[in-house]
Amino acid sequence: MVKLTLNNKALSLDADPAMPLLYAIRDIAELTGTKFGCGLGLCGACTVHLNGAPIRSCVTPLSAAQGKTITTIEGLGNDDAMHPVQAAWLANKVPQCGYCQSGQMMSAAALLESNDAPSDSDIETAMQGNICRCGTYPRIKKAIKEAAENIQKAKS
Amino acid sequence: MSQVSILNRRQFIALTGRTGGALMLGSAFGGLGLSTSAVAQAVLPKSDGLGEQLGAFVTIKNDGSVDIICHRAEMGQGILTSVPQIIADELGADWSQVNAILGNADPKYGDQSTGGSASIRKHFTHIRQMGAVARDLLEQAAANQWNVKKSKVRTQNHEVIYKSRRLSFAELAEAAAKLPLPDLDSLELKSRADYTLIGKEDIALQGLEKIVTGKATYAQDIQLPGMLIASIERPPVVGGKVKSFDASEAKKISGVVDVIQLKDRSFPVNVKPVSGVAVLATNTWAAIEGRKKLKVEWDHGPNVSHDSETYKAELVKKVARKGKEARVEGDVYSHTFNASRTIEATYTVPYHHHMSMETPAATAVIEGDRCRVWSGTQAAQWGKRLVLEELGLDEEADYDKVEFNTTLMGGAFGRKSKNDFTVEAVELAKATGKPVKVVWSREDDVKHGFYHSTAANYIKAELTDDNRSDHWIQRVVAPPIAWIFDDKTTHLTNGDLSLGFADIPFNIENLSCETPEITTHVRTGWLRSVGNINNAFALGSFVDELANKAGISTQKMWLNLLGKDRKFDPRGEGFEGYTHYGQADKEEYLLEIARFKGVLNEVVTKSGASEKLPDGQGWGISIAASFNSYAAAATKVSVIDDKVTVLEMHTAIDCGLVITPDRVRSQMEGAMIMGLSMALESEITMKDGAIVQNNFYDYPVSRMPQVPDLYVHLIKSNDAPGGVGEPGLPPILPSITNAIFHASGTRIRDLPVKKTMKV
Repeated sequence: MVKLTLNNKALSLDADPAMPLLYAIRDIAELTGTKFGCGLGLCGACTVHLNGAPIRSCVTPLSAAQGKTITTIEGLGNDDAMHPVQAAWLANKVPQCGYCQSGQMMSAAALLESNDAPSDSDIETAMQGNICRCGTYPRIKKAIKEAAENIQKAKS
Repeated sequence: MSQVSILNRRQFIALTGRTGGALMLGSAFGGLGLSTSAVAQAVLPKSDGLGEQLGAFVTIKNDGSVDIICHRAEMGQGILTSVPQIIADELGADWSQVNAILGNADPKYGDQSTGGSASIRKHFTHIRQMGAVARDLLEQAAANQWNVKKSKVRTQNHEVIYKSRRLSFAELAEAAAKLPLPDLDSLELKSRADYTLIGKEDIALQGLEKIVTGKATYAQDIQLPGMLIASIERPPVVGGKVKSFDASEAKKISGVVDVIQLKDRSFPVNVKPVSGVAVLATNTWAAIEGRKKLKVEWDHGPNVSHDSETYKAELVKKVARKGKEARVEGDVYSHTFNASRTIEATYTVPYHHHMSMETPAATAVIEGDRCRVWSGTQAAQWGKRLVLEELGLDEEADYDKVEFNTTLMGGAFGRKSKNDFTVEAVELAKATGKPVKVVWSREDDVKHGFYHSTAANYIKAELTDDNRSDHWIQRVVAPPIAWIFDDKTTHLTNGDLSLGFADIPFNIENLSCETPEITTHVRTGWLRSVGNINNAFALGSFVDELANKAGISTQKMWLNLLGKDRKFDPRGEGFEGYTHYGQADKEEYLLEIARFKGVLNEVVTKSGASEKLPDGQGWGISIAASFNSYAAAATKVSVIDDKVTVLEMHTAIDCGLVITPDRVRSQMEGAMIMGLSMALESEITMKDGAIVQNNFYDYPVSRMPQVPDLYVHLIKSNDAPGGVGEPGLPPILPSITNAIFHASGTRIRDLPVKKTMKV
């Protein structure tokens, strides 16, 4: 039994502690917004936050989440409002197929948590681990900048 | 979530049965039995209220909102917006009150096979008619109520209007649903001047909010109570079979429930499973771990000797010799080519893989003599027929025993037209008696794809004094896709040769287009723009080479070769077998030379591709018409110490009438980025009959830092709507390699570029 906090809810998951967090989230906790893409931490589709830091859940064992806080795309915003990253994704019509976008947004949100005015090269560094086969990168870049501006505005 | 969905579905069908029976479209649309749209509605979260169904596509809900079916598959191209958008425009609906519903497999919707960039270009009128049916019923209901002629009333902004009188759609829905369906041919469709939604720039996209909140349902996301997850070890070589296997260690893994050998399959491979051994478990991880412990011995079969490098060398040899004639004009073989004015070149591309972000997945459950399926497929009705066949059911008498639900797809690019993974799920559901979800790992996806055919193109042409050509020989050879359906196939088909090869739009007096014989050893398949990939790479490169020899710009060379503005039907010019993407008989889709020139001039002007650049930089341009659309690309690169950096990319697209401008732009952006990967670094190779690559580390696709600024130049046009999903890709590859030539003097004729230079 692994105890963790998933999207602000305390949870005990009855699963093999060696099971990658991805499958625990999808199959056991039944939150399917986090996606499988490669199984090797190469594509970023499975990105979630562990104590606020972006991790690849397909190569992180469930045991690593013991006593920790996990946030998935379903918990990025709250009931009242989307996270600024989600709102910017919507405004810029970023997704095509949308499958990689949960991971993209989790990486972007983590970037903006530590850097609310990222340069192009900051964005490229933070996002190079997230693959989008549809080719939404230019819009992702634009949406991250817009989200950054909105976060700054909200702070001031 | 899943359990709620199932309950909703049952409730839904019960309720639909009560209210919906009289509202179904009849034989006019080839209707077969009970509506199953309720199932699709159950899979996607629904608002309250059942409402009234007006024809097959439109349901007016109790709250006044309108559900509109998108019967074409959504894989990222945006059709979930475009189909309802066209229907809503014809209907006169308020877009903010429209909810798009993905339709499941049902012939009453008409053709659902989503490929060939065909959704709009082939079905525009049909889709408009589906909106017009619902509009006509609402208008008739209002006219009856007001006791005026139907021709006096009209719909606008979710209401029916007559002089100062108004009735909302919701107020009319019940009466409208009781009226007989109008004759389709009697319906007058809106004129273009009256469109309110078609072509609208800032239209809200359907389904986007669910995606950004993680609530969108893809095939991998289907969960049923008591479901088993299957991970399948498949034969590494096409045509291989299981000789023996040992599952004892696999079965020791906690969570593994069963290990089952899939049935052997025979040639032709068709789109069916390739057999193998499945490990079934209560969760994905246990299935994967169990599979690692599986010991399988294979009988590799006849294709074990296939080696892609040797094969490519064979292709190159084949195109050096005359092949079967596809199109002949004049007599080029009696001509003696003037060597100083002649170029002869062979271009090669490797096998390619779709590499959709979502790997294939499907779920099936057998309940008594019925079967329910959920699949992320581009071909729902074809998939359903395969399921019926797999279960030994009759395609007509038993049709309704299979319920075939479609989900969103996390990318597809042609791969998911093939329902091998769906049939696997059905085979295992039948064998276990339990719900089974088959999930493919990334390695499964890479190693058991339907690959874009490796190809060799040869062109030899002599320049005239005025820098055109009147003597031209070209050949293409590639393992034909038709082989998967008939393993005696030895040549590319007329359809294959119509993909930017024998439909070459130049005015050449003596022309021979040929294709040599070839044997096939792998599953080949449609991949975004198909044969246009290699044909446009060859032609786009060759025109650049001719321009360089003539000492004129590539733009000028294209204009010279294209010649006078004219409509062009290859069938009248030596290529009787021309298929033109299924539109050969439609006057409005004839190729037009002026439209080739239009995109070419647009992309050169807008990009500034004729500017002088510093040493080490170059622009490359190219054009390709495909799927009834015209695209031109301009790419700027730098080459420093043999390292290629792409600096800027432009696409001009003329796809006729535009439905959803933003999604045309997004498709062009995506095509540029996919073209970038294909040109620079992606490649599938085969050794000892098996695929060498495994995952993103050895089949790399573009990442954000590699992607330059992208620009899309959308041509305003009133021509008949063309394709959008594929036409952006073909000109990209030669625009990149031409740019590399102009930056460095190095001509790339063998892709990917990484074999020659650093990328």
